[in-house]
Amino acid sequence: MHTLMAWRNIWRNPRRTLVILTAVVIGVWSMIFLGALMRGLTNQYLEIGISTLTGHIQVHHQDFRSDPVIQNRIDRPGRVAEALEPLLPPGSHWTERIRVNAIANTARHAQGVTLVGIDPEREARVSFIGGAVKEGNYLEPDDPYGILVGKALAEDFETRLDRRVVLMSLGVDGKVASRAFRIRGIFRAETEATEKQYMFVTMAAARDMLGLERGVTEAAVLLPSHELTGKTAEALERRLPTPPLAVQTWRDLLPLVRVTIELYDTFIFLWFLVVFIAMAFGIVNTLLMAVFERVREFGLLKALGMRPRGIVQGVLTESFFLLLLGTAAGNALGVLSVNLLAESGIDLSALAGRLAEVGMRRVGYPQLQAGGFRLANVVVFVLGIVVSLYPAVKAARFTPVEALAHT
Amino acid sequence: METQSIVSLSDVTKTYRQGRVQITALDGVSLEVPQGDFLALAGPSGSGKTTLLNLIGGLDRADSGSIRLNGNDLGAMSESELAGMRLEQVGFVFQSYNLIPVLSAEENVEYVMLLQGVAARERREKARAILDDVGLEGMYDRRPAELSGGQQQRVAVARAVVSGPSIVLADEPTANLDSATGRALMDMMRSMNEAKGVTFVFSTHDRMVMDYAGRLIRIRDGRVAGDERREGEAES
Repeated sequence: MHTLMAWRNIWRNPRRTLVILTAVVIGVWSMIFLGALMRGLTNQYLEIGISTLTGHIQVHHQDFRSDPVIQNRIDRPGRVAEALEPLLPPGSHWTERIRVNAIANTARHAQGVTLVGIDPEREARVSFIGGAVKEGNYLEPDDPYGILVGKALAEDFETRLDRRVVLMSLGVDGKVASRAFRIRGIFRAETEATEKQYMFVTMAAARDMLGLERGVTEAAVLLPSHELTGKTAEALERRLPTPPLAVQTWRDLLPLVRVTIELYDTFIFLWFLVVFIAMAFGIVNTLLMAVFERVREFGLLKALGMRPRGIVQGVLTESFFLLLLGTAAGNALGVLSVNLLAESGIDLSALAGRLAEVGMRRVGYPQLQAGGFRLANVVVFVLGIVVSLYPAVKAARFTPVEALAHT
Repeated sequence: METQSIVSLSDVTKTYRQGRVQITALDGVSLEVPQGDFLALAGPSGSGKTTLLNLIGGLDRADSGSIRLNGNDLGAMSESELAGMRLEQVGFVFQSYNLIPVLSAEENVEYVMLLQGVAARERREKARAILDDVGLEGMYDRRPAELSGGQQQRVAVARAVVSGPSIVLADEPTANLDSATGRALMDMMRSMNEAKGVTFVFSTHDRMVMDYAGRLIRIRDGRVAGDERREGEAES
């Protein structure tokens, strides 16, 4: 009957109850929806970063990142393969690359680029390039002169398929090495910067050009999930001679992405806090109004022999119902709106047109995550009950005589 | 044979402070209420009737003197013990705002038994039986707003007596009722007193209600100004 009483009490003033329910629903919905949108944006950002030749884990020579020259290479890539193969979780892929700075020249243009020598078949499973060629063809494994060029660079160079591009870099002997390539394919990437920066040739072609018999500059690993990164990297570190090799994760390789994700997490937390504080004032205010309207009733209950604890429980049960209804409707609305927009996404270009320049998509796809979903509900529910203690205790403190004399 | 006292007050005083003014509500009241009394506390407004009822029912504490209910010293009890005592031993009927508005007549009557931990089936049976006794058969599911003032007071009396308290305290129970309805309520209370031996103490300044009392205690300026037995006087 106590539960029944609480349920009926919240409907004594339906308009007030609906107003506070609306506040809770909007609060919970915004927590879930904006949390999912933020999470979607950061996940996309991370996916783009990882697929743009980063992967989850990379192995380099320890000096390569500070001085990315061919001299700082992994001389015996077989050791990396031996260490990697047994510990990679199912669903993982990995590949080797030669990555050096180079200058690309055509008849009329020259520009600094990053030359990437790849194993076309394995690379396609690890990075974006496998599905990125929009004109022409992807590289064949034994193509000695084929090159893939980004769309933006091709436009800058005013060049097209089958045209020649000459690349120059420092060879193994420290002398300038150059080689003429023919454009086999033009690729698109998420950002223009990527299209302008990278040029892809086969591993054999890169070795020929640089005068390298064996060796690579990096091994890149793509794991089936981000969560496996730390554990796999640690295991790999134990199996490899470090130094001279170094194992790095995307967290080291993509500091901007890492910081952005951390920043977004902070935004989400602050948003939760702001929404909750606004909601808490609403809940406390509503319950206080309800309590002060019923002072005589609490006096009556006490006169009948109800102990203060019973009154606290009664008010908290009313708060529980408000929160239950509000969070249930907020969750339903949140899940519905996330699902509706999960396919089409939200075009954010009007709000942040320059997102693409930092490697983010213009369209955000909200992603519901169990953690964020749980957090929103726990924050609203647990803290909602906690703030309701104030009006509940207030109700329990009226003495019967004072309360019954209340007009 | 001497009847055992349910309530025993000895030299009880109670003062209130209103701003800078100290008001003496009760000034050295001593009183014995034997079991089965149908006692009226009569006196003008502000004479101390309600204060006296509140003290007997453990709703308030005396400044000095002692109040015993069934031999237990109320002054020595904690708030929680007083709540327990009210629950088990005292039934209350107030002048107005007597019922819980969101509960039906039957649920209102059941409520005290719920607090006492009585099983649901027993509660329901007892509540319906007592509502039948007070003439509210078939009105079990009505909410207070759907009952007249007299019917509401009947529900309140039913709730006050349903769990067999030692004493029922009624603060001007007919004050908001017309005289016919008031008379009917007093008839009902007196028949309960006579048939079931329930002890009633009620306050009033209505002569008609005083006429029902088996014992009339007049209160004036916080003191007992008269105490008369009126066996056989009350007539409906």
